[in-house]
Amino acid sequence: MSNIKVYYRTIRDLPLDEYLAPGSSACWGCGPLLAARWVTKVVGSNAIIVTATGCLYGVTAVYPYSSWKHPMIHVAFGNAPSVASGVETAIKVLKRKGEWDAGDTKVVVIAGDGATVDIGFGALSGMLERRHGVAYVLYDNEAYMSTGIQRSGSTPMYAWTTTTEIGKVRKGKLEPKKDVLSIILAHNPIYAASTTVAHIMDLANKVKKAVEYSSYGPTFVHILAPCPTGWKYDESLTIEIAKLAVETGMWFNLEYEDGKLRVTTKVPKRKPVKEYLSLQGRFSHLTDDDIKIIQQMVDENVKKINEIVGEEAIGPLA
Amino acid sequence: MSEEIELLEEVSGAKGRRRLPLTGDYAAAYAVKAADVDVVAAYPITPQTPIVERISKFIADGELNAEMIHVESEHSALSACIGASAAGARVFTATSAQGLELMHEVINIASGMRLPIVMAVVARALSAPVSIHGDYGDVMSMKDTGWIIMIASNAQEVYDFIIMAFKIAENPSVLLPTAVAFDGFLTSHVMEPVEIYDDDYVRKFIPKSKWPHVLDPRKPLTMNATALPEWYYEIRYQVIDALNKSYNVIREVMNEFNKYFNRNYRILDAYHMDDAEYALITYGAMWGFAREAIDRARARGVKVGGINFNLLRPIPTDKVVDLLSNVKSFIVIDKAFGYGAAGPLFTDIAAVLKIYDINTPGVSATHGIGQRTMFVKDFERAIDLVVKVGNEGKSLKNVVHLGLRGWGETL
Amino acid sequence: MHVSNEGELAKWYEIPIAGVVNEPGNTAKIIVSGWRTFKPVIDQDKCTRCGICWMYCPEGAIKYVNKPYSTKKGINYGFTYEIDYDHCKGCRICVVECPVKAINAVREHE
Repeated sequence: MSNIKVYYRTIRDLPLDEYLAPGSSACWGCGPLLAARWVTKVVGSNAIIVTATGCLYGVTAVYPYSSWKHPMIHVAFGNAPSVASGVETAIKVLKRKGEWDAGDTKVVVIAGDGATVDIGFGALSGMLERRHGVAYVLYDNEAYMSTGIQRSGSTPMYAWTTTTEIGKVRKGKLEPKKDVLSIILAHNPIYAASTTVAHIMDLANKVKKAVEYSSYGPTFVHILAPCPTGWKYDESLTIEIAKLAVETGMWFNLEYEDGKLRVTTKVPKRKPVKEYLSLQGRFSHLTDDDIKIIQQMVDENVKKINEIVGEEAIGPLA
Repeated sequence: MSEEIELLEEVSGAKGRRRLPLTGDYAAAYAVKAADVDVVAAYPITPQTPIVERISKFIADGELNAEMIHVESEHSALSACIGASAAGARVFTATSAQGLELMHEVINIASGMRLPIVMAVVARALSAPVSIHGDYGDVMSMKDTGWIIMIASNAQEVYDFIIMAFKIAENPSVLLPTAVAFDGFLTSHVMEPVEIYDDDYVRKFIPKSKWPHVLDPRKPLTMNATALPEWYYEIRYQVIDALNKSYNVIREVMNEFNKYFNRNYRILDAYHMDDAEYALITYGAMWGFAREAIDRARARGVKVGGINFNLLRPIPTDKVVDLLSNVKSFIVIDKAFGYGAAGPLFTDIAAVLKIYDINTPGVSATHGIGQRTMFVKDFERAIDLVVKVGNEGKSLKNVVHLGLRGWGETL
Repeated sequence: MHVSNEGELAKWYEIPIAGVVNEPGNTAKIIVSGWRTFKPVIDQDKCTRCGICWMYCPEGAIKYVNKPYSTKKGINYGFTYEIDYDHCKGCRICVVECPVKAINAVREHE
């Protein structure tokens, strides 16, 4: 299984056909939309997409319009993994009975952090435990964006959201971001990875791998997808912010394949977290002490990930 | 000679017919096997567990070519059924009480998406307090969800109604999820002689079909988009229309079933109603008590008749009007509470009578809540009550709670 | 969002079953040019056809077209990237990401 090749080496190898039509009501500079555009391009035409309620579904499927050129089913907020389990099982049985004539159809879930890390968490765990052949793509914009920027388990520490307001007594989210990838890894998926919308070549290859591997069991790709409306930054900076997330060590691009975890985007000299945080209005209330605490947290995480992968993949502060 | 008999048996469906001692739950499992279901996604809950257990055994023995998704919650059970049905598979699930309540977010979605899912609801009382025993509180909580709801009164009906349910649900003018409900424990766990048919014979009655809205990469479509105020009303109205149209389909399927399998099912069972002056109305396992009480009353010269509802949704309006226009009074024994209102089936019937300007006085009664033990003498008391109301010509203002200790003391 | 005309909306029986959308990708009919404050304009002479703007546009509003182009300096390209102004929302990610600064943000309404 580990001799699955690198699919796209240069930009010229990337597929040209668009499977997510423009004209949706996504905000300008929407990270999740960019992520979904590439997921649908890379997946190929023989796939069924399952979405969960969230920003991406909300802006792309409003009757009588739909941006999706794949067959797409949406059911509810917390059950995308279960619906995907049902679709995958139906295809399996119908194939066995000689009643599925669309060939080797892949099942891909595209869901947000709200649906994955919070309300659909149990369903996701069940889907992974049952080893369904589903590729699960999580676009992480770090809050319940479509309902107006409320915090989710994936919201980073100290971030402002409408439910973690900056007030006289409390300032921002007090809990750290839920490490969903570690929990996924504990389920032993066939393949798992994390990437950002700034690393499209990386994203395309990882999603393609996830879809190919999904013939053997569950796969998972976690995509950091910045949101200008919720993170409060100028919409033209989506890519820059995602790049900085990796360059400061606030986000790691990882790959779990053949039972081994490795860092795919190495950072020899880390930028201080202040460069990432200062660009975003949701962190504008941070004091220098707050930033120090976040820097310490990142330093800890970097130490941990280097230990796990067995090399200094993420370097020291520049 | 034996060849002729074999051919006759094959044509009449007598071939392969066997009588097995089955509980209601097992009968449901046998029906699922006969229907050649593709995907079963269910979560165990008392008193439904024997259904999923028996289906698992069928699959493990290779007697049913299906996959069972052992989901981690009932919410996921119905969600997985929706996914599988949307991909074109024939699906089945089963649940009770708290499981049904957990499913509720997805129940309306199943009907709105017009997917022919068949579900067995083993009627169980709702918490709090916790009760694993049988009453229809859970079934009544799904009355207004767009599902077709049938109620079986014994194990044979469970087997037969579930087979019918697939034909009804998958009918192109219906395409609605269908529930077959039956009493927890009183039907689900009581062993009765059930006549099961040859699986292939059943499958000829319910051949597989393709519904028009199916997830197919060659014909992409988007299912369950958001509908703003200018669209929701119309899209949701389609469910209402399908439910209304389903009534004739249910009658036709029932008639076809009766002919094909040599049975005698009716949408409403009528017992001694031809010359009845008073009507006793029930559903589910209570029907046995009702008929015994009616026999005893008739022996005393009381002209009472009984009606058993095999269909809760859509309400069989014409039959209700037919049977209740010429009686002096009626009593409905609901095996579920109506909260802040009269009993659930009573309320439905009262609405029908009002719409048709039929002024028959009635009594709303409940019994068997949380599987409170019912006695025939309770039903005899119910008959005395309906006779009294019939002779006085005025409905009873209060709901009568039969079998409730301390009821009536503060009235 | 689409603009609908009272009286032209479908009746309940004209809507496909369960309200499925069976025109895949029909949001392409919606024109979002009105969202823009700034419009990105590609200087085709400066553009090196690297494809980064095409890659990073969230809408997919930058199209790869098989249009050969010769720059004033005599460089010949076999293809070109063009902006679909019906579907560009003016986020200017392309302006920021272009490595040779070949895209300018031009104010929509002077």
